[in-house]
Amino acid sequence: MSSVMILKSLKKKPLQTTFISQSYTIKSVSRYVSTLILGEHEGGHVKQSSYSAITAARSISEQNSISLLLAGSGPSIHKAASHAASFHPSISQVLVADTDKLSHPLAEAWAELVHLVQKKGGYSHIIAPSNSFGKNVLPRAAALLDVSPITDVNDISGSQVYVRPIYAGNALCTVRYTGADPCMLTIRPTSFPVLHISSDSKWDAAPVSQVDLSTYSEDTLGKSRYLKHTSQDTERPDLGSARVVVTGGRALKSAENFRLLEKLAEKLGAAVGATRAAVDAGFVPNELQVGQTGKIVAPELYMAFGVSGAIQHLAGMRDSKVIVAVNKDADSPIFQVADYGLVADLFDVIPQLLEKLPQKK
Amino acid sequence: MKIMVAVKRVIDYAVKIRVKSDKTGVETSNIKMSMNPFCEIGLEEALRIKEAGLASEVIAVSMGSGQCVDTLRTGLAMGADRAIHVDTKDVMLYPLSVAKLLKKLVDLEKPGLLILGKQAIDDDCNQTGQMVAGLLKWPQGTFASKKKDTSFFGKDREWLRFNVRSSVEDPYLLMVVLDKEKQVVTVDREVDGGLETLCLDLPAVITTDLRLNQPRYATLPNIMKAKSKVIKKVTPEELGVEINKSDLEIVQVTEPPKRKAGVIVSSVDELIDKLKNEANVI
Repeated sequence: MSSVMILKSLKKKPLQTTFISQSYTIKSVSRYVSTLILGEHEGGHVKQSSYSAITAARSISEQNSISLLLAGSGPSIHKAASHAASFHPSISQVLVADTDKLSHPLAEAWAELVHLVQKKGGYSHIIAPSNSFGKNVLPRAAALLDVSPITDVNDISGSQVYVRPIYAGNALCTVRYTGADPCMLTIRPTSFPVLHISSDSKWDAAPVSQVDLSTYSEDTLGKSRYLKHTSQDTERPDLGSARVVVTGGRALKSAENFRLLEKLAEKLGAAVGATRAAVDAGFVPNELQVGQTGKIVAPELYMAFGVSGAIQHLAGMRDSKVIVAVNKDADSPIFQVADYGLVADLFDVIPQLLEKLPQKK
Repeated sequence: MKIMVAVKRVIDYAVKIRVKSDKTGVETSNIKMSMNPFCEIGLEEALRIKEAGLASEVIAVSMGSGQCVDTLRTGLAMGADRAIHVDTKDVMLYPLSVAKLLKKLVDLEKPGLLILGKQAIDDDCNQTGQMVAGLLKWPQGTFASKKKDTSFFGKDREWLRFNVRSSVEDPYLLMVVLDKEKQVVTVDREVDGGLETLCLDLPAVITTDLRLNQPRYATLPNIMKAKSKVIKKVTPEELGVEINKSDLEIVQVTEPPKRKAGVIVSSVDELIDKLKNEANVI
């Protein structure tokens, strides 16, 4: 059975013959594993979350043949592709779909692209990061391929068994995928830290090849059009990948008081987060929301000021390494998950912290 | 134009769930169930579009056991015109099956807009809307959010809740902006790092994010009126969808690892000392 599958893949993947012959000799691999990663890029660089997907792909199987798919148009996509090709030795190929139709990451165009690339490549797994891009694109692509996708995987135990949080992280569900190829996942970037290779190790850069778009199905393209993107400029580290996060809740009382938190964040080199209450009250824009419906973060240090600790909020930060809570109410649920709790008024504590904390570069 | 809204019956968001001791799932008997909060927002949006004169009918649909009728009744009390219940008995439903069932219902009812919540708060999948859009080959506007800035809505929220009817007369208060003549809908989407605006040709699928609107409460007269509205019942067999086989299998459901008990410190100095010397994080 497995040899038939390998032969099939051999026919389909002329580019990867060397790699296939390698894995063919490894008897312990009962099933040929090849992964397509849906990559995001910006300004000539592949995003860190896409590189997290490589870590996930490697935990499915060490002998995973990993292809990274990038789409877009213009010179920046080619720059991103050449960066990616030499980013990690386990990337065996970088696929580039260079077309105006994909200059914005629209789900309609991406799903058709994934469908096309999968038909040619016959991958056993397709992975995207679990962010607004991956969650938008991957389920649509899965429906076109008639398979059930698995969202927000935070642990992988074998090539078909995955762990994912349900009920706002209050339970962990282990699922086995028993369907046909491909098995499609979105992975939580915070659970799969990016693998960095020491700079003195040498390997050949992976080949970069163009996706043949001559059979690109266009029946759903053009039904959606990108108009604009409004973003909040920020000089602080990205909330999703920051080492330290300071978060404020409703108790901060106003947008002005959030500046206090921003000062503290600057001192710690931290990102600022917020609870839904703070976002709804208009203190901060919604992309700062941490929780079940906002961002999932897992920094080394998470400091919560005036946060009560609703289950929907805890879902977004419970995997943080060290949690500090400052709250006036000693009965707040946040103290049940905090490593260090301080029952005090945050308007007393923050100025003291600002004064006493060592300056971070 | 008809609008179809998919609603799901889930454990109430405020309930602290318990994992069953045999690890087969979470305890659902004798537990408060309600409409998934994102579905409420989707239904509210559909009702506002109708009240603005841009749609003729709002149909609420739900898949699952017989008790889903309660959820549909809530939807009818909010203002949906009629409802369809796909009775799937106690079969474990995954988003792929729900998307296939929804596609069949769309083929039958031919709505111009299909609205879903962006995710159900029980399985947290965030897939069904995208999958049904793919199956229908319709464009999708996921994580739809509101158009106006937060500060305005923070202040106006209470007013909105009590004056929903008057608020929809201003078309810009519809967060999903529908242009009937051009047959397009403009959607602001919550994406990482900001908002993205898309224009979709109708028919289209929209999934709602938390900040799209504030759902109304069902009033007592409307709850009474809802009792006489029609809930049509269909089976997956009638729709020609196989739901008994799935490519996913739940191995086990467990509790997340408990965090080790923390300590309460008495002062900022002690906190800084602990962070520096015990946790080594600053």
